Amino acid sequence: MKRTPLYELHKNLNAKFTEFGGWEMPLQYSSIVAEHLAVRSIAGLFDLSHMGEIEVSGQGANELVQKISTNDVSRLSDGRVLYTLFCNETGGIVDDLLVYRHADNHYMLVVNASNIAKDLAWVETCNDTGASVKDISKDTALIALQGPSAIDLLNPFVLERDVSEIPYFRFTTGDVAGVRTAISRTGYTGESGFELYVSATDAERLWSALYPAVIAAGGQPVGLGARDTLRLEAGLRLYGVDMNDDTNPFEVGLGRFVRFKNHQFVGKRALLAEKKKGITKDLIGFQMLDRAVARAGYAIYRGNERIGSVTSGAPSPSLKCSIGFASIESQAGSENEKIDVEIRGKLHPAKIVEVPFISMGT
Amino acid sequence: MISQDLRYMESHEWVKQEGDIATIGISDYAQSEIQDIVYVELPEIGTELTQKTEFGVIESVKAAFDLYAPVSGEVIEVNESLLDAPEQVNESPYDEGWFLKIRMTDTSELEVLLDADSYQAHIEAEHA
Repeated sequence: MKRTPLYELHKNLNAKFTEFGGWEMPLQYSSIVAEHLAVRSIAGLFDLSHMGEIEVSGQGANELVQKISTNDVSRLSDGRVLYTLFCNETGGIVDDLLVYRHADNHYMLVVNASNIAKDLAWVETCNDTGASVKDISKDTALIALQGPSAIDLLNPFVLERDVSEIPYFRFTTGDVAGVRTAISRTGYTGESGFELYVSATDAERLWSALYPAVIAAGGQPVGLGARDTLRLEAGLRLYGVDMNDDTNPFEVGLGRFVRFKNHQFVGKRALLAEKKKGITKDLIGFQMLDRAVARAGYAIYRGNERIGSVTSGAPSPSLKCSIGFASIESQAGSENEKIDVEIRGKLHPAKIVEVPFISMGT
Repeated sequence: MISQDLRYMESHEWVKQEGDIATIGISDYAQSEIQDIVYVELPEIGTELTQKTEFGVIESVKAAFDLYAPVSGEVIEVNESLLDAPEQVNESPYDEGWFLKIRMTDTSELEVLLDADSYQAHIEAEHA
């Protein structure tokens, strides 16, 4: 299994580890609930160095990135970040990712850890523009600082500017604790915060600078366990569970990230055809009405009719009940409608709710 | 912490004998590994359990864990307070966090279970 540059630090913090996408990553340090609540109330520090980074640069980079993105990358100016999808020729989602525009013809694509090889091959396959495509994942570490105190915690380490002035979904390059960093006002928690991209060789220096400040403020290091419950409460989909190569963006509620107008991209023809034909599936949020826990794969019923299944489900530490995403037949259910989740052979009551499940602090 | 006067299963359930009545729970080690218990699903009074077969489920934030009966017998009491306060299993695994009382059909079944020392050795082996 692959390890991040911070593996030894996690081990010294007595982290419990888990396998994720071929990586040996911290699952939790104290407890998932404690870490989750620390992010919601103060701050959490995450090692996300398993994430993949692909640099697309040189002549043809603008064209290539625009061509493989369902979202309209041409709207990006320097220092901006865009959430987008790669789709295949049949409209299935290859991955979801963030596009960072450093400059004209210079981008960084941040992709899911489990998809790095697939995404690289996909970008190469689509590359008929002559752009240079480089996997910089190994050389790049990613540390996230998330939570309502994130701005106040980060500011003392950044001398050049006030990080509160970096708007959501923008980034800037500067020194953090003396380490050259791409400071990105983004995250996967529903809280205010930053994702800090540094050279792998600087990762330990940055973590070691931020860690004591986070702890002193009452924050915690946070593993993948709480990362999953945080993203679920924030209504953020996870590739590989809520969507995959066989689902199109409209079937998982990501249609707003598909821009057809003045935009030629891979999968466009298939996605237009799907839209015309009518979308048959929808991804909804639900909340359990008893204490039972709905997990991925469980069947969803409306009355006696099976209408779909759970894609992500977990107890919500903030809401003190279980929540989840379910893929159901389109128009099979609307907000506040009662449904049932089959758990170990028994039906348990739930209702369809609006996502995000919590109010966002971003 | 391992309570000395109990018998254990390798799957971390404990059993306490009082005559032909057995009280069942999970060990302190198990609750500390599972953490953040949010839901406990237990059988109804009158259910007949068979040794080493599933009788219930506990859920943490991360996953569901099956519970196995240390002994065979009829369920005569269920710790209903766990339905509203499942965290008692984390806070007090040997006391307030008990699951069931069973009227044992065969008390000699207890003999195949681990004593405290063997259970300690089992945990150490599992953790190594």
